[in-house]
Amino acid sequence: MPLVLMSLELIEIFRWAYGLLAELGLPPVWVMLISYGVIGVLMFGVLALLALFLVWWERKVAGHVQQRFGPMRNGWHGWYQTIADAIKLLQKEDVDIIARDKFVFFWAPVLCFVAAFLAYICIPFGKDLIVADLNIGILYIMAVTTFTVIALLMAGWGSNNKYALFGGMRSAAQAISYEVPMVASILTVIIYAGSLSMVDIVQSQNSFFGWFICRMPFGPIAFVTYIIAATAEANRAPFDIPEAEQELVAGFNIEYSGMKFAMFFLAEFINLFTVSAIAVTLFLGGWEGPWLPSWLWFLLKTLGIVFLLMMFRWTYPRLRVDQLMEFAWKFLVPVTFANLILAATMKYLGWYW
Amino acid sequence: MTDPSEVGIVFWVLSTVILVSAVMVVSLRNIFHCAIFLILTLTGVAGIFVTLNAEFLAAAQVLIYVGAVATLMVFGIMLTSDIASRRIEMTNQKAGVAVLACMVFALGVLFLIKITTKAGAGVWQTATEPLPADNVLTIGKQLMTEFVLPFEVVSVLLLAAMIGAIVLARREAS
Repeated sequence: MPLVLMSLELIEIFRWAYGLLAELGLPPVWVMLISYGVIGVLMFGVLALLALFLVWWERKVAGHVQQRFGPMRNGWHGWYQTIADAIKLLQKEDVDIIARDKFVFFWAPVLCFVAAFLAYICIPFGKDLIVADLNIGILYIMAVTTFTVIALLMAGWGSNNKYALFGGMRSAAQAISYEVPMVASILTVIIYAGSLSMVDIVQSQNSFFGWFICRMPFGPIAFVTYIIAATAEANRAPFDIPEAEQELVAGFNIEYSGMKFAMFFLAEFINLFTVSAIAVTLFLGGWEGPWLPSWLWFLLKTLGIVFLLMMFRWTYPRLRVDQLMEFAWKFLVPVTFANLILAATMKYLGWYW
Repeated sequence: MTDPSEVGIVFWVLSTVILVSAVMVVSLRNIFHCAIFLILTLTGVAGIFVTLNAEFLAAAQVLIYVGAVATLMVFGIMLTSDIASRRIEMTNQKAGVAVLACMVFALGVLFLIKITTKAGAGVWQTATEPLPADNVLTIGKQLMTEFVLPFEVVSVLLLAAMIGAIVLARREAS
């Protein structure tokens, strides 16, 4: 049985399909364009479906944490609730407010949506299952995710609404502050992996005790600080002050409706999956694992981290703005930098492999 | 990005984006729109770096200019009260000086292009062999060995600027 499962590598399907395409005898430019197009459409489809699944899962987790059932009516345990929601949002009226800044208001959700997808160019979903193994992998992901901050600022400004403006400003302040500990935690891993490429990082942790979370003592510390910073980067509770419902009604997306709102909403869940996938790649060995095919291991680990972040959201109270900033600068930044220095020293002295 | 014709198309598209949005930055009346086009300009420059096989520079460009500098600018605009509805006037009347400055800059660039493209002269050393695939490693090593002094000076400069900003902010508060 394990042997059968092992052979279910998704990459083989892609190789087979590419082989068929190459045999058609088209000019190489066309082969390239068609394969890129297919990969792009596939990524979009898979991620959109994944986001819909995560929305449903979040509602179920929230329900069970609060001792209720969550969506139950549409299908088995409400499985097509979010699909119905998405269709509803598609045909909803796009309310166009008069006071908005037309140009900024229109492009903010587009930029947010595109930025959420860009990171997936170099996330390894399985062994060899990566769109492009850039040699600046993790740095590229950090760079493109900054566009999300710009998009939220644009949404806040373009809405011409004080709550939206507050939401946008809070999100920018939070993202800039938490990016520092996040990058410092990631650097701890990079020191030992010796490369920025996501594939190299996974390959440098090829056994369970080689996973960066198992490397004592800096690994677990870096993992915990990364998870905290990632929760803040994904704008989720307890760090969800950019859209704190009780304070800001809905924050930066208050004036958005219909499809534009759906784009923000889906982007948020794709970002949740992104930060979890990075955590798995950097600390939990990525696609590595016995018996099961590599893409399934990656998916299971990532969904595990997603579940952890969902439990955070529904079991912790929200922080105040000043507490949030204080926590980032007075606690997380010193801790991550001390950890980074510790890891670098241990590497330099050769106390660790 | 090895095929020269491919690089050519990408170069022209990126240059058009950069130049058009750079003109927008200085000619639009709404300051927030200017900031957005500045971000577009800087992203275009990152794209040019990618076509030159300088991925690390491209990522650093986006991280520092878009992620930090432009975000802080937008942040500053948002914190400035009563700027949303105002259309900013072009207050600079010194057209003559501006034209002169532009001319000097254009001549300087032209001069540089001329001396670097002179056949076989090699006034400025350009790479004759293909770049190493992993140039991040090389950049890192160079920064920590040969260019460690400028690197440290820049850090001290940034630290000084940061302390200065804090001092200014505190004085205002008291």
